[in-house]
Parts: sequence; C-alpha cells; structure tokens
Amino acid sequence: MTDTPIRILIAKPGLDGHDRGAKVLARGLRDEGFEVIYTGLRQTPEMIADAAEQEDVDVVGLSILSGAHMALLPRTVQLLRDRGMPDVLVAAGGIIPDADVVKLKEAGVAEIFGPGTSIGQIARYFRENVRRS
Amino acid sequence: MSPQSVCAVDTPEPMIGELASGERRPLARLLTRIENGDPSVRPALPELFAAGRGAHVVGITGPPGSGKSTLVNALITEWRKRGRRVGILAVDPSSPYTRGAILGDRIRMMEHAADRDVFMRSMASRGELGGVAATTWIAAAALDAAGYDPVLIETVGAGQSEVEIARLAETTVVVEVPEMGDEVQAIKAGLLEVADIIAVNKGDRPGADRAARQLRAMLSTAGGRVERKPPPVMVTTATTADGVVALADAIDAHRSQARTPVEAGERAANQVRRALADLAATRAMADATWDRTIRAVADRALDPMTAAERLLDGVG
Repeated sequence: MTDTPIRILIAKPGLDGHDRGAKVLARGLRDEGFEVIYTGLRQTPEMIADAAEQEDVDVVGLSILSGAHMALLPRTVQLLRDRGMPDVLVAAGGIIPDADVVKLKEAGVAEIFGPGTSIGQIARYFRENVRRS
Repeated sequence: MSPQSVCAVDTPEPMIGELASGERRPLARLLTRIENGDPSVRPALPELFAAGRGAHVVGITGPPGSGKSTLVNALITEWRKRGRRVGILAVDPSSPYTRGAILGDRIRMMEHAADRDVFMRSMASRGELGGVAATTWIAAAALDAAGYDPVLIETVGAGQSEVEIARLAETTVVVEVPEMGDEVQAIKAGLLEVADIIAVNKGDRPGADRAARQLRAMLSTAGGRVERKPPPVMVTTATTADGVVALADAIDAHRSQARTPVEAGERAANQVRRALADLAATRAMADATWDRTIRAVADRALDPMTAAERLLDGVG
C-alpha cells in the first residue's frame, strides 16, 4: 500500500511552547507528499494516542524541547501499544541528550532526530521504515 | 491501493459487524480502506449502507479562516451535553503537485480527543473532483453504522468540490465572517445557495449584526431555490460558544422541519438525487465507452441525442 500517502501525526507533548520546528517539519513533509495531521501544542500522551487511533496514522512524530522526554515519550509508545497499534512508528525530534537516546530506543521510540537533521533525511527514514499491515 | 498491490485482501474481515461494538480501532481501519479505495471495501458496501441508523449528516463549510473548526468544536461540546455521540469528518485539500496535505482541523478539537463518544477523522481530498464526494459519502455511512449521530462533514468552502460535498449533507451550515463583503456577495451564486443555515461567526467583531441583517434582507428578497424559504442567519462566537446553543437547535430543527413522512421522503430523495448524479457523472467521465462516444460527438460522427440514448441503453 505504499502508493497511498504516508499519514503522520505531529504533536507536541508536554508544556513547552516552542512549535516552530514542528510546523517547519509539518510543512516540509507535506512537500514530501505526506499527509500531516498537526495537533498543536501542550498535548498529553493520552490525547496523542487517542488522536493517532482515530486517524489511523503510520507515524507519530513527537517534538519535545522541555526535557520531559523520558516521561512523555515511553508513555506515548505504551499507550499506542495498549490501543492495539504496536506497528505505528514513533519518532521524536528536539533536544535529547545522547545518553537518553539509547534508553528511549529501548522503550520503543524508533528514531530520534536531533538539531541539524534535514527534512529529506526524515522523510527518507519514514518511507523506508513505515510498517503497514 | 491498486489491485496489483502485494498487500493481501484475501482475508475479508467482518468489517461491518465490528463497527457496532463502539470500538474505535475497527472504524479507524475501515476509514483508511475507504480513503485508499481498497478493493475489499466494495463488496462490503451493501452491508455498510444497510447498517446505517439514519444519522443526521450535517455539512459545515465556509471560507478558510472563518472559524469552522472552532465552531465544530463548540457544537461537539453542545451535542455531548445533549447526550449525542458525535462523528466528524474534516476534509482538507491535498496538494496537486506532491499529493501531500496539512490536516489541521484537529488543533481546535483536541479537547475531545479522549472522549470515547466523539470520533474525529481528518481526510485529505486526494485528487479529482467527485472522487472526494464518493469517499466522503462512504466514510459518513461508516460513522453512521458505528452509531455516531450527528455526523459532521467539515470542508473548506473554496470551490465546486466543496459544494458537492455539501450536497451529501441533509443540513448544510455555511460559516461566514462579518467582513464577508457587501449585499452583492449575498446574492452571488455559489456557497450561500447551498446553505440551509448561515452562521456569521466571530460575532464579537464589529459589524457582525449588520452583516447578519444584510444577509437576511438579501436572501429573503430573492428566494434562492424555489421550494425553499430563506435560510436562518445566526450570529455565533465560536471561541466563547455564544450563539452555539441556538445554532445546534437550528440544525436539529432543520431535520425535523419536514412535517409529513412524504415530505421527509421527498427531501431525502432530492438529496440523494443530487449526490448520486455527481457520483454517476464522475464514474461516467472516467469510463472508456463514454469517452469514445464523447469524442464521436465532438468529431460530428454522432449526434448528441443518439449518443445519450446509446450511453444510457441498458442503464436502469
């Protein structure tokens, strides 16, 4: 089913109010042919998982700069699994220390894109790694 | 999905039966198949439409930035207070160049994300005119079969395809803003003609009441579609929910306006007549036989009346 556009939910979990990066990525992925559902700022993991469930997305992209990633990202992954969506690719972007990257990947976050990653790189990663059942 | 796709469709799931359970996941998966034009959906359509419970399908349309999503959010809150389960399809345009889309209607409705009795789905228009309307019709039927009532269809009111989607709705609300323009705008053909109810949103801005008065005056003189009385014009402020109770009442009332079963049946038939004609035309234009016949008429090898007779020979 790779001939239908990849659907991605982009969300900002937690309390930081900086969404320039999320918006730039949303716009960039639109230009890469993705269908981007943007949910805005200050979302709880529950709201994100509920939205992802209704939208039946292939990817959940989380932008986080607050430092609360160790709490919010694994929780979101877990909630998606609880809702019967273990195949959804969860990726994160933002300021995340290298030491945490390993732990987040163990918790089920597929990939983490730090500062300087190009939109082309991100799009290519999603195209190559999306799992559709 | 194309028929030659490697993805398996040989395991027909009990798609429709699952909908009644109220679980979100089967409905979400079915909507994806509908959007993708998955061939496994086609044989399930008779069952899907038969499973419909007669939900009130309400179209919400209007220019970009008029506050449609915020108004829908306020309407959801109001209908939830009334104990209704609300389904929403929000259609945004796909880029004709990249096929990509930004679907941003959810931003205004996230407060309802966790409510199990609200189901909201963003849809990209994905391509050609008419196809959008067909997909939306089937998707609305899926929400109906899953027990959501009303089913709201939100579209950007920017052109013909949005008018087509509005035709699927039993009740169409056109959202305008106080700055919409002068009286002449109100009597132009187009979006306002399909309105059963007009909401002048952003009612806290100067000129809202005046805009509503002008609309009422102009719409009452011309009459619009012959059989109709002019649509009610309401003033709303979606951000504060001012006027939203009255708007929800007007939408509910529009459905019950039909006084007799015959009248209700006639109205439903008219609604289906328009939507089905659009759907049939879209199918026809994509058909090779039709294309050959159209070209024959263009080349003056065939007269139009004979062409029409041949094309519809055996139809019905």
